[in-house]
Amino acid sequence: MIITEEQVFALLELLALTRDTEPNCDDCLQHMAEFAETSLSGKSVPEAIAHIDEHLERCQDCREEFSALKDALGKDIMAS
Amino acid sequence: MELSSRDWLADLATAGSKQDEALADLRHILIMRLRRAFSGNKRVDESFIEDVAQDGLLSILGSLEKFEGRSLFTTWATTITIRIALTQMRRRRWKDVSLDEFMANQPAASPHSSQSVGVEETELRKQLLQKMHEVISEQLTEKQRVALLAELKGMPQEEIGRRTGSNRNAIYKLTHDARKKVKKGMLDAGYSAEDLVLFKGTSK
Repeated sequence: MIITEEQVFALLELLALTRDTEPNCDDCLQHMAEFAETSLSGKSVPEAIAHIDEHLERCQDCREEFSALKDALGKDIMAS
Repeated sequence: MELSSRDWLADLATAGSKQDEALADLRHILIMRLRRAFSGNKRVDESFIEDVAQDGLLSILGSLEKFEGRSLFTTWATTITIRIALTQMRRRRWKDVSLDEFMANQPAASPHSSQSVGVEETELRKQLLQKMHEVISEQLTEKQRVALLAELKGMPQEEIGRRTGSNRNAIYKLTHDARKKVKKGMLDAGYSAEDLVLFKGTSK
């Protein structure tokens, strides 16, 4: 097993974001709808769900879903 | 007029004409939103969107009791359906890739020289790379190593989980533990968090 240069860069990025305790994907999913609505409406994110942003920085799967969700909701939320 | 979350729940919860009507309305909303979410994706066609919307409706009906009212009902339903869509897309995209490929020998990372990087710095980077390789090889379990390398290669955690008989949340925990070990190993070896950031910044 040898780690490639590309993987080293990706890992260094992740290490900089690594904390002893991190919210997991289930936590993120549980709050993702609320987090998306708050983000799209331009309101400030309540402290209780601010940790979702941290998880999205670290988790590619959740980030991809959040991005698609925001595209899906789009004007529906911004207009409401 | 748009239904309130409470109305959606009430209409969907009991079989009958109201449920049929609510399902048709929700299906329409989900299809419209799926189209919007994946409008630029050439791999997504109308048939895929309709299948996903149908799967989404089944999943939503089966988990109505999990809706906690933290968001609009339709936002919650869209979240579930988007996840189903991406799960299916990931499965298709990665179906021919095995985890073994991530453990095969690959071209090693090596510090490259450039005009902006001196000999001393190149040597420091070489040492850091060697240490990182050592920590990954010696301090991680086989499962942690495979999951971390697969993730670094871009494989979705969901797919790693599917191949290892696990699930996405467990894989996140596994790679989180792996990252913590690597970070601690590097810090114990005398590299500060700043060194790691600096290395990344000067190597691109």
